[in-house]
Amino acid sequence: MVRLDGNNAELGRHILDEAKLPQLERVDTMDGAARRVAELAAAATETPSRQGRHTEAMAIFLTENSKVIVQGMTGSEGMKHTTRMLASGTTIVGGVNPRKAGEQVAFPGDVTVPVFGTVKDAMEATGADVTVIFVPAPFTKAAVVEAIDAGIPLAVVITEGVAVKDSAEFFNYSLGKGTRIIGPNCPGLISPGKSNAGIIPADITGPGRIGLVSKSGTLTYQMMYELNDFGFSTGVGIGGDPIIGTTHIDCLEAFENDPDTDAIVMIGEIGGDAEERAAAYIKEHVTKPVVGYVAGFTAPEGKTMGHAGAIVSGSSGTAQAKKEALEAAGVKVGKTPSETAELMREIMRGLQK
Amino acid sequence: MDLFEYQARDLFEKHGVPVLAGAIATTPEEARAAAERIGPKSGGVTVVKAQVKTGGRGKAGGVKVAKSADEAQAYAEQILGMDIKGHTVKKVMIAQGASIAEEYYFSILLDRANRTYLAMCSKEGGMDIEQLAVERPEALAKITVDPNVGVDPAKAQEIVAAAGFDADTAAKVAPVLEKLWEVYRDEDATLVEVNPLVKTGDGEIVALDGKVSIDGNSEFRHPEHEEFVDHSKTDPLEVLAVEKGLNYVKLDGNIGIIGNGAGLVMSTLDVVAYAGEKHQRGEARQLPRHRWRRLGRGHGQRTRRHLRGRAGQGCLRQRLRWDHRL
Repeated sequence: MVRLDGNNAELGRHILDEAKLPQLERVDTMDGAARRVAELAAAATETPSRQGRHTEAMAIFLTENSKVIVQGMTGSEGMKHTTRMLASGTTIVGGVNPRKAGEQVAFPGDVTVPVFGTVKDAMEATGADVTVIFVPAPFTKAAVVEAIDAGIPLAVVITEGVAVKDSAEFFNYSLGKGTRIIGPNCPGLISPGKSNAGIIPADITGPGRIGLVSKSGTLTYQMMYELNDFGFSTGVGIGGDPIIGTTHIDCLEAFENDPDTDAIVMIGEIGGDAEERAAAYIKEHVTKPVVGYVAGFTAPEGKTMGHAGAIVSGSSGTAQAKKEALEAAGVKVGKTPSETAELMREIMRGLQK
Repeated sequence: MDLFEYQARDLFEKHGVPVLAGAIATTPEEARAAAERIGPKSGGVTVVKAQVKTGGRGKAGGVKVAKSADEAQAYAEQILGMDIKGHTVKKVMIAQGASIAEEYYFSILLDRANRTYLAMCSKEGGMDIEQLAVERPEALAKITVDPNVGVDPAKAQEIVAAAGFDADTAAKVAPVLEKLWEVYRDEDATLVEVNPLVKTGDGEIVALDGKVSIDGNSEFRHPEHEEFVDHSKTDPLEVLAVEKGLNYVKLDGNIGIIGNGAGLVMSTLDVVAYAGEKHQRGEARQLPRHRWRRLGRGHGQRTRRHLRGRAGQGCLRQRLRWDHRL
């Protein structure tokens, strides 16, 4: 079974179709594919069509007024994703690279973006208020500290493989200094139709009134796709590392206070107790409907499942415990992404009446 | 990545934490030779300790006090090859004997919930600390450590005061805690635990046993940690996947899953299981989502995915266990 979603998913599907492999079946939904592969392994596919329904909405952390700079823009990942962010309508006002300060970088669509030597210079020249960081792991801490010292309000750290000591140090350094950090090891955040800071594909969904917060990047894409008939105010991928700058709870609070978010999808996975703490927060502070999904019910104990933080240890960090904690807080928890989307769809229909 | 006790001991020694003499042996003959070398430091007495990355080895018969080199050899013969909670003993440490007057407990670990570090200290070490935390939480001092400050002299004083040491003992323990912090900081550890930290008959403070977990993501500044990687236990398919730059997890079953993200793969495993696959069958592979490992190589760091993968697993297991305990 091969699972595809995210950037270039359409291209991937197209390639699979073109290949016309006789033994290959392509199924559009996760549940459908799972049923089919289980049938095959033991010896129905469905393709719901959805129409985009786009309405105007506000957002958290990132709006149409956000001015974004990219630290590490001139690297290969930085170039690729800056191109994508520009294409999705993000206002990118500069890149940062001390060795290329003063240069202009050309992007498709006759766009040129100036490169500055420091975050401070970039902010002074452009009024930037968001930085997206693609700097390789050994240099990530220095890049984040520079952004904090420059006083930028939001730093989105995409880099994977950052040492936990570095994350602990730059997060604690940021406290009281006015910089919110998202990540590291995250896909960033998107306010569809307004701005996109990170690597979330912008063409999955349009604007709407659902807020989304997720540890997993790919499940963020999956859920946005499943619910693209309603659209999203903001989707935030907070990352799966042991220490992250912005938590489920921070996002729940922001969505609760956002007048243009009606309901919230929260996606978690095995490991740690962030979901349990979020459940306690929801019980106390969140009045908007929340639907949850937790990945990793069948993950074996003691195996790290891809994300550094994703591991069940003894009875700790299990998906079941997280589901129970969320349900005890009044959160409806879907068994699969599709079922989770359906629970949210019912809520949104109810709210529209 | 969890380290063996002898590796932790060596790191302690490197950073000036007081430890006893110790040597590693993989055969009874080596154990004998080590006991002949080390025994004279402690009246001929040595301790033969199974090197396994799990607790409860004392109860399982994996730690024996030997009064002579002959005895050390005989105990090594018994212990080598022993199975302790599914871990086969391949090495023993021959350690110098010690006269123990008092046993204490100390650890520093990652506090995921608070996004800081946490120091824990107790005058009542030696026993199962998880049990102590449940039964007599007041006997276990828990002090938050700012990652950017660490355990400086003031913090060390705060910790020993909270643990309730008498003034003389506190004055001797505090500098050792500062050294243990150096191990935590300079080695990119996610756990440093000493149980027991002992006061000997001579009134000296010594780290008698140690557990250290190292953050696998710190490999770029610790090429020397490569030696800690335990290659013997790695699944050959996982080794192959590492060579190809993939995150691969071998599971039971007959469906393979390839996906482009950790969350999506876990979710797919679940959905496939619900659709009729049983008993956690299926293999999860996760393709690299970003290309940072390639960028890392470009900067001259040989990336060792096997180190990182195994490291994440080990230290997180530890971390989670601790998280659960708190």
